[in-house]
Amino acid sequence: MDTLTNWRERLITRTTRPTLVTTYRYWLWLGFLVVIVGNGVFQYTRQLREGLYVTDMRDRISWGLYITAFVFFIGISHAGTLISAILRASKVSWRAPVTRIAEFITAVALIVGASFVLIDMGRPERIFNVYLHGRWQSPIMWDVMAITTYLAASIIYLYAPMIPDLGLYRDRLKNKVGPVRNFVYRTLALDWNGSPKQFKLLGKAIGIMMLIIIPIAVSVHTVVSWIFSMTLRVGWNTSIFGVLFVAGAIFSGVATLILVMAVLRKIYHWEEYLTQKHFLYLGYLLAAFGAFMVYVNINEYLTEGFKLEEAGEFAFRQLFIEDFAVMFWFYAIGGLLGPVVLMLIPKTRTIAGVVTAAILVDIAMFLERYFIVVTGLRVPLMPYEPANYAPTFVEWSIFIAGIAFFCLLITIAIKIFPMLAVWEMTEEHEYNCAREHPTEPLPTEFEKVAVAMPEKTLPDDESTTQGSAS
Amino acid sequence: MRREPSKSENSTESDAGAATSVDRRSALRYLGFGVLGAVPLVASAPLMDSLVHDIIKGSTSDTLATDASPATTRSGRIRQWTMIIDLRSCDGCQSQGTPPQCATACIEGHLVPQPMEWIEVYEADLAGGGTQFIPTPCQQCENPPCVKVCPVGATFPTPEGTILIDQERCIGCRICMAACPYDRRFFNWGTPPAPPEAALADYNPDHQTPASRGTVMKCDFCPDMVRDGTLPMCVQGCPNDAIWYGDLEEDIATNGRAIVKATRLISENSGYRLKEHLGTQPRVYYLPGHGENIGRDPDDEGRMPTEWPWIERAEGAVTWTR
Repeated sequence: MDTLTNWRERLITRTTRPTLVTTYRYWLWLGFLVVIVGNGVFQYTRQLREGLYVTDMRDRISWGLYITAFVFFIGISHAGTLISAILRASKVSWRAPVTRIAEFITAVALIVGASFVLIDMGRPERIFNVYLHGRWQSPIMWDVMAITTYLAASIIYLYAPMIPDLGLYRDRLKNKVGPVRNFVYRTLALDWNGSPKQFKLLGKAIGIMMLIIIPIAVSVHTVVSWIFSMTLRVGWNTSIFGVLFVAGAIFSGVATLILVMAVLRKIYHWEEYLTQKHFLYLGYLLAAFGAFMVYVNINEYLTEGFKLEEAGEFAFRQLFIEDFAVMFWFYAIGGLLGPVVLMLIPKTRTIAGVVTAAILVDIAMFLERYFIVVTGLRVPLMPYEPANYAPTFVEWSIFIAGIAFFCLLITIAIKIFPMLAVWEMTEEHEYNCAREHPTEPLPTEFEKVAVAMPEKTLPDDESTTQGSAS
Repeated sequence: MRREPSKSENSTESDAGAATSVDRRSALRYLGFGVLGAVPLVASAPLMDSLVHDIIKGSTSDTLATDASPATTRSGRIRQWTMIIDLRSCDGCQSQGTPPQCATACIEGHLVPQPMEWIEVYEADLAGGGTQFIPTPCQQCENPPCVKVCPVGATFPTPEGTILIDQERCIGCRICMAACPYDRRFFNWGTPPAPPEAALADYNPDHQTPASRGTVMKCDFCPDMVRDGTLPMCVQGCPNDAIWYGDLEEDIATNGRAIVKATRLISENSGYRLKEHLGTQPRVYYLPGHGENIGRDPDDEGRMPTEWPWIERAEGAVTWTR
């Protein structure tokens, strides 16, 4: 039987592989992303020169793809919180391999999402007016406060559980990586030595952050929805928007997490750690949220559609049978019911099935954000012909650059940071081993500490660890 | 008339409010940054009135605060501007054979960038068939959705009860455009087209010229003109005297030809406001009609498209459609 030490050594080799080995395909992929982001930056300079004139937004449909992207990416950022904080809080036993990836997605998606607000502004150079003249009564101010708080909290929440692994990298990779990364590890590992006292403090910090970050995350997407529902527009003027947005955020966040996991698993051969079980459990979560989204949508559309107030008929017509019908029904059937069905049928309860569901969900949630923004603005307020909106090349370029930037940040992060939580996974593995062999004593505090000890002390630990596990 | 009993009270409140509430308000604002607005909410809870007041009121404009004092009556009370539009006398300038002259006068007087129509003549269907024309300026709401949502206080209420925009502060986020239920806000998507003389104007939120790219504009009720005793552009432009401008404080209104008691004019002619059910409380009243006073038949549909007469003098101007 595999000893714990061997298991751990293999895990460390697998985890550090992306940091140590860079293939030509990595550079190709990186170059590809840089080109797309570069094009987005170039198109943005055009927008800066000529104004938002280069978009297809106009007075009557005054928000479009940029605000869609903002809502979409802020939604995706909820991956990290849910998986990490909620699973951690409820002590779910399989969470360890997925938490780090989820937390990276959160931080990266928030950075991308927040930049779309800046891209959408008519006067981005006046952004500091928000601090100089900010009014706390404005939903935009609530957003600024909620998102900056969330970004700060999720970076701390990403960083804190990473410290033991950074310590590991600092010690193990000292002679294998260049001075820059060595400096990064030395600085960020904060003199981590894996003592019980440090573990206790870290545990406390993670515990506190985990409890703080859940309400923050919920507030963030609620406040994002309030940008819309604080107005008097048909389709936006509804109290269920907060729930719809938060549920949708977690929904698309889980889907994105599944996709990123699937890609990393394939490239770095992490099949042993990101197993079918992880994908299936996340798939069930997806299905559960899909069902909840169906419920929320019925609540929203039935209560509005039954009464059909004022411009309600126009709003429903454009959404259900006219301009946006294809989007809406793809969203409702493919995106919401799709994952539920895929998880119900035993044959599709596979990694491929879960990944398919995740792709459907991400597309559907993007479309949902898009039609919420555009249909809400399209309902005529006065007797005029309804306006139309089709994003221009500039808008698409910048939007796609946003996706590429998201991938780029993760691609760069993977070269520097441990994408798998080595110490938490080892802990989880030890615990599971002990549970499978109940005659053996549960791992003691000492062995847990040993997990994160530097390389040179390992020979001593080996005998003790081996003794308890084999 | 609903407003009347509260009028004097209203003006003294805004008088005093302007002077004393600034410190408290800015203090609340700074507190708000730290604690997601929880502290200001708790702090003002016992003063629900003042909270509502705070939500509605924006910051005041730096630019405006320096060089304008509100128009007052002879006894020193602040004017409360209002507009009363008599739809019985509006035929969308069909009889003139011109584009609506209110919009044209506004565009010429304010150098309104094409394609904005700060006062726009909509043609609405009548319940029994046929149409009516509805000249629609900014409704100058007393419960203004646009002011509530502005993150930087760039759109703000004046003591005269009108809503202005400080284009030097506006960040171009356009949430006010999403919030306005009357489609009365316009954005400078590109460099705003302007004739050469626009560059000579000293910028002021009172007249918004010269326009600047990436900011929002709208009807301002011509506050600088009426302060000097000149009627707004649209009132001057209307060939049928359908637009009345006045002051609810002194209860007086004029269309440039007659002077009447504003509240009587509204009541006696069953005046109403647009989308009254939204609770925005506009300062613009309408007297129902379809141009019958000047012999328009409801079935005569259509009006001339609006023109920007100075556009040929705006060299290399880029315009867009709404």
